Formats: sequence, C-alpha cells, structure tokens
Amino acid sequence: MNPLTMKSWSPYVAGAGIGILSWFAFATADRPIGVTTAFEHAVALTEKTVAPQMAETNNYFAKKEAEGKPAKIDWEVMLVVGVFLGALISSSLSGDRSSPTVPGLWRWRFGDSRVKRFSLAFLSGGLMMFGARLAQGCTSGHGISGTLQLALSSWMFIIVAFAVATGTAWAIYGKQGAEHV
Amino acid sequence: MFDSPEKLALGLVTGIVFGFLLQKGRVAKFEVIVGQFLFKDWTVVKMMGTAVVVGAVGVYALVWVEMASLHVRPLLFAGVLIGAVCFGIGMATLGYCPGTSVAGCGEGRRDAMIGVLGMFGGAALFVVLFSRLEPVIKSLGDWGQVTLPDVTHTSPWLWIALLIAGGGAGYYFFDRSRHLKTPSPIPPRKSSPRSAH
Repeated sequence: MNPLTMKSWSPYVAGAGIGILSWFAFATADRPIGVTTAFEHAVALTEKTVAPQMAETNNYFAKKEAEGKPAKIDWEVMLVVGVFLGALISSSLSGDRSSPTVPGLWRWRFGDSRVKRFSLAFLSGGLMMFGARLAQGCTSGHGISGTLQLALSSWMFIIVAFAVATGTAWAIYGKQGAEHV
Repeated sequence: MFDSPEKLALGLVTGIVFGFLLQKGRVAKFEVIVGQFLFKDWTVVKMMGTAVVVGAVGVYALVWVEMASLHVRPLLFAGVLIGAVCFGIGMATLGYCPGTSVAGCGEGRRDAMIGVLGMFGGAALFVVLFSRLEPVIKSLGDWGQVTLPDVTHTSPWLWIALLIAGGGAGYYFFDRSRHLKTPSPIPPRKSSPRSAH
C-alpha cells in the first residue's frame, strides 16, 4: 500500500521522521522547530499595525529588538502555515477527515453542547499559549527541540507540563472517563 | 519585517513535512492526546521519545562537525514553571498542543480551529502585558542557556547514550514485551554465546 495514502504510520516512524526533520532545520535554517514564537510575532506585528500608539508605549518591542529577536514574518511563521498545509495534504490523501465537532470523550463528560466545547477550547487554547510564551516554548520548542538539545529549561518544562496535564485529565475525566477513550 | 525569501520557503517546506508527520502519527487528534494523559494511548510518548533520541544524535553530530549550533532556551525558573502549569492545564482541556492544534485545523477539526483562535488571544495577552510579566518571569532567577551536560560537567554523548538506553527500554516495555506474551511460532531468540573474555 502507498504510505502516503495510509491513515496512520507507526509512531516510531513518524517520530523518527520528526527527529530527522530537526537535523534539517538546524542544518539549513539554523533554527530549532517551534510553533508558539510565531503566534507571538504575528500578534505583535498586528498590534504595531492596527494600534501603533498602543505599541509605542509597549516596551515589548524595544526589549525584543535589544535581544536581537524582533517580531517579524520569519521562518517559523511560515513553518506554522506549513504545518496546516501538511496536515491538510496528509488527511486529504488518506481520507482521514471525518471527526465529530464535539469529541466522543468530551461528550461523555460534558454533553454534546457545541457552545460549551468551543468556549472551553477557546479559553484553554489561550491559557496554553500564554503558558508557552511565559516559558518560551511548547511541546515542539521545548518538548522536542529543547530536550533533544539536552536543555535544562526544556526538560523541566516538559516534565512539569505533562505532569500537570495528566493531573488535569484525571481531574476532568477520572477513572470512568479513561474507559471511554 | 521579513526573513529572506529562501528562508521563508525553507520554513514552509519544513512545516509541511512536520504537519504531514504529525497527522500521519495521529497526534492531531483530541482522543490521542487526552488518551495519553489518561494512560490509555501511548502514541504521544512513543513519537516524542523517538523524535528526541533520533534528533539528539543528529543535532549533536552536526554541532560536533560544526555544521550547526545549539539554540537553548534560557532557564528562567518562574517563567518555565508558571508557564508549564498554565500549559499543562490548557493542553489537557483543549486536547491539542500548539503544533497539533494547527495540524488538527488542517485535518478539519472544528474544536482545534477554535483553540487556535484562543491561542492568538493568549499570545495577545502576553504581548500586551509584557512589561508587567517580565519581572515575574525573572523573579526566581535566571540560569541562562544551560544544558544538562553544562550543569553536570559531563559529555553530551553520555546523556545521548542514556537517552538511547532509555528509548530502548521504553520500546521493550511498550511493544516488544507485549509481542513476547502472545504465542508465536518463532521461538524467542537466545542470546548468542559470545566469547567470555
């Protein structure tokens, strides 16, 4: 069977692919793979464009300029666009595109209200991104790219984040929920 | 304002491959992410573990032959710890991480799309409150861009050997041992009698 049209690959194969992709990113762009800095930059550039007076009083811009990391449309912003396209291509090739608006496990716990799922998705997405920017990385930037560089900050981040996420999931769904995955 | 066109194209290509692998690896799915935290589905750990072991060997080899340099995030204790707590609560509730939210959008998942909108909101909050957040992030000390080999004064290859050993043990624990339990017509291979000295 053509691997491109398969619905899934072994996690070891996909994981090894991501490992090799990180060699490529380091060798060609001199950058670790990450996702959330792009969101920060996109938002900062938006503030500069739509609310220039507000941006003027925000010392974010001066601080990041001084650090040599000014907000710009860069490699990582394009990477995020690419992630969307790559998943679109992969799922279109395999036809793996039929998913319920409210995931089954969520429905078991909270009912099938779309409003509830969407409002909590919005809030939790915001909280997750806010945390990622405080820590300067996410599952990609810290969890994969940072830990593979043996960075102490990244090992600390991913251990604490996954421990808290595990506690949260058990608090939400409990033992009974685990039977409904 | 913009990186060079070549670098932008490189980012796009890297991203397409990354998104493709995330989707094929099934981690752009709510059930798989939450299933990991409920210990019902080990896809996330298997995939991340493999990526880290494979990535570490190659990236440190590239650094060794001076074809790449490390880009370590600083260890600002308060930022990393408070950030990780917010991140963990958010990720378990949303059921996607930032990268897999974007991949989930590509897969056509509506709740991931709303999650990404929320992520823009979270990033905006961070940028707008930056001057007030910065002292908090730095409040518990800054160790700088340190790695495990730095703080222990050891070779990175020792840590990479440990990662490989840990990965091998994990693979045996998750997959190999399960295969051995199912009756198989092929008898388990005995260790070859190597010379004793």
